[in-house]
Amino acid sequence: MGLLDQRFENSNVFVTSMDNLLSWARLSSLWGMQFGLACCAIEMMATGASHYDFDRFGTFFRGSPRQSDVMIVAGTVTLKMASRIKTLYDQMSEPRYVISMGSCSNCGGPYWEHGYHVLKGVDRVIPVDVYVPGCPPRPEALMEGLIKLQEKIRAGSLIQKKTA
Amino acid sequence: MLTEFGRVLIFLILGVLFVAIGMATAWVLRPNRPYPSKLTTYECGEVPLGDTRVRFNIRFYVIALIFIIFDVEVVFLFPWATVYQNLGWFAFVEMLVFLGILFVGYAYVWRKGDLDWDKPTPRIPVYEHGIGVREPELHQEEVEA
Repeated sequence: MGLLDQRFENSNVFVTSMDNLLSWARLSSLWGMQFGLACCAIEMMATGASHYDFDRFGTFFRGSPRQSDVMIVAGTVTLKMASRIKTLYDQMSEPRYVISMGSCSNCGGPYWEHGYHVLKGVDRVIPVDVYVPGCPPRPEALMEGLIKLQEKIRAGSLIQKKTA
Repeated sequence: MLTEFGRVLIFLILGVLFVAIGMATAWVLRPNRPYPSKLTTYECGEVPLGDTRVRFNIRFYVIALIFIIFDVEVVFLFPWATVYQNLGWFAFVEMLVFLGILFVGYAYVWRKGDLDWDKPTPRIPVYEHGIGVREPELHQEEVEA
């Protein structure tokens, strides 16, 4: 069925309030896919721990892609890992979002020129919603990335945009 | 007028309805876009190989049970050791009795031979003609015979 997957031509009170409710529900409990690839993962763990407390955004890490909404690619994506990341992304259920954390997963980072084994940006295998710059980004930067993702989800809509 | 079991029936019906309505609502609302890669078994991103039904040796069962017993024994020892200073001789004797009972079990398990792990000695057949058969490694007895 997938009723919430549909696009609506015209907006009415029901559709718009449903829209708000849906976006609010999605952005308030973004469960993270739990895996870290390199030193960014240490910052991600610090973000999840009590000092920075990722839980207050409704984010906590799950061990299975079936239960998670957002994949935080934290670290160097080697070519070997890239196919695994693709599989894991495929196994997540919709709606699914990706935060690319750190220079390595954004564009290859320090391995850009001579890294024979590093993927030059995770967006070559999976679609990325938010890029967090830094090497590695501080926990505050990751939190800002998550807030940006929440803003993006809040702006999303069931109503079809008018195309001229 | 409801009998006692009539109430049980109402509970049953409500319980079934509760689950059914919840699952039906999820089925109506959720996005459903299955494709082969999504439906594969989750193996931490690896391509799943072989069967999930792996057979273990039955002797692991006994070993696991024995392990649990002595594991719990150690868990009981920790709080005892923490407050040992305040408890005096009575607690010491009590713990000795507890350890003694478990030691009897340990001796029993040992005597029964559950701690022994026999090395399996499979008999590898030896073929006379040797056509299309890899040369098997002979057992010591077979070499001597």
